[in-house]
Amino acid sequence: MKKVQFKSYYSQYFFLAPQLLILLIFLYWPIIQTFKDAFTMQDAFGFGSQFAGFDNFLFVFSDPSYFTAFKFTIIYSFVITLITGSIGLLLAVQANKVLHGKNVYKTLLIWPYAIAPAVVGVMANYFFSERYGLLHHLFNNLWGFNWYEDVFDAYIYVIIAGSWKQISANFIFFLAGLQAIQKTVIEASIIDCKSNIRRFWTITFPLLMPTTFFLIIINITYAFFDTFGIIDTTTIGAPGSETKTLVYKAYIDGFKGLDLGSAGAQSIMMMIIVLFITIFQFRYIEGKIHYN
Amino acid sequence: MTRYISSTINHCILLIGLLIMIVPVWIIFASSTHSSLFINTNGLQFFLGDNFIENYSRVLFKKSGFFNEITALKMFFNSFIMATGIATLSVITSLMAAYGLVYFKIKYATILFWLIFMTLLVPLELRIMPSYIVMSKLNLVNTFAGLILPISASAIATFFFRQFYKSIPDELLEAAKLDGTSSWRFFIDFLVPLSKTMIAAVFIFMFVFGYNQYLWPLIMTTSEQYWTVVMGLKTMYGSISDRFAFVIMSMIPPVVIIVFLQKLFIQGIFQNK
Repeated sequence: MKKVQFKSYYSQYFFLAPQLLILLIFLYWPIIQTFKDAFTMQDAFGFGSQFAGFDNFLFVFSDPSYFTAFKFTIIYSFVITLITGSIGLLLAVQANKVLHGKNVYKTLLIWPYAIAPAVVGVMANYFFSERYGLLHHLFNNLWGFNWYEDVFDAYIYVIIAGSWKQISANFIFFLAGLQAIQKTVIEASIIDCKSNIRRFWTITFPLLMPTTFFLIIINITYAFFDTFGIIDTTTIGAPGSETKTLVYKAYIDGFKGLDLGSAGAQSIMMMIIVLFITIFQFRYIEGKIHYN
Repeated sequence: MTRYISSTINHCILLIGLLIMIVPVWIIFASSTHSSLFINTNGLQFFLGDNFIENYSRVLFKKSGFFNEITALKMFFNSFIMATGIATLSVITSLMAAYGLVYFKIKYATILFWLIFMTLLVPLELRIMPSYIVMSKLNLVNTFAGLILPISASAIATFFFRQFYKSIPDELLEAAKLDGTSSWRFFIDFLVPLSKTMIAAVFIFMFVFGYNQYLWPLIMTTSEQYWTVVMGLKTMYGSISDRFAFVIMSMIPPVVIIVFLQKLFIQGIFQNK
């Protein structure tokens, strides 16, 4: 905080009030409702409800499809982070090196960042449709592609759809990270180390650690939450529930299945996961990477 | 010589990257300029057809949807209202809240700080059902307020502004205080003009974020009159080339904004780092 500050009895609250008001009504109220739902059991007709302790949580844990969703979410986040991070880094390193056309490349590589995941999903839909789909035909000729029956094929479908636009985000941040590295550091390292590849891994990449770490969190959050639009416009969780993310499952159970208790419990589980990721981000890794 | 080779390799890798980004959208665009009949018999197209004007004007002005009550034009209008509302509201409230947090001595500062920033842990997707119930209790289903307010209840923008304020030298406030400037004047005359770039960047960010919302409008709008572009994509019915044309049109606003304002946007985001 600032060393010099205003002292006032009421002004600060005036400045804080609009945001706090919106947060209290449209955020805290639903959150409290979520907790209420998670610990109550509604009867089948929605007439009454009673305190249920941890029954909803036990129900979620005993549900094999919850673990399917858990497994898929982990795999999905990991693969998306890996693919988009490495392609984004590769492109950023090249774009940082070229002397001509840097801005053209930059502009033409960042625009997919602006497209909504749901729009990407609808597009992917066409490329994977049996009737028109170019990718469907390609994969079908290679190994007999059938995403609504084969789990592996469905994974390929949602991973391609999910990774495409996220490459842009990784590219933007890696490029900015590369441009922030001081020229003198690079010049000094050229004298010490002739090999481009070794120099990249021993000098440049460690200096990019803060960016890399930041992007890992961004990509995981993207795979957890933003891919909702992609799943809902591509596989809708098929085959079975194999490609439902945790968020998508909570939505289906709550909104379509009208099981508020289970959806609430699932939401709270997700909050705990997000909380862990955030704590991990602030405590563990931020202390261990070195900044320039 | 090796320099030429390595520079050629650089350009080749970048070109492959460009193709991955551009070709899928190009194919959908090229296909959207053919008639549905042609697409249905020949599949996706790589070259332009000659139904461009016909297809696009049909999509924009023809009523479609479940009950054929809404045109794509109206959906664009709705999306713009929603996105502008979200961007404006979150810029104003966050700018003020961050000012309150950084520039004032507050009794329960830590509690307030956590009250605001804990919200980053709970994205809308996690509280979707209860949010819907709250909105229906408040009679906000099928209203623009209902589309805008819960999305504006986010602390991301506050976080950006707070980081920015902290980077402003203390001397500015010291000087202002010596002159006897009130907190209101300081905010309006000094901080808001100083934050111009940040405000623009956050506005762009929130506009695109608002425009791209999918799940919330899907749940909040039972009346077709409030359908937005991104949610309308899945629910809109029409011939295949109509749908291609609509997909392409739906991308235009956010992409144009990001491409033309990328400098501003990237500057604003990285001022913080």
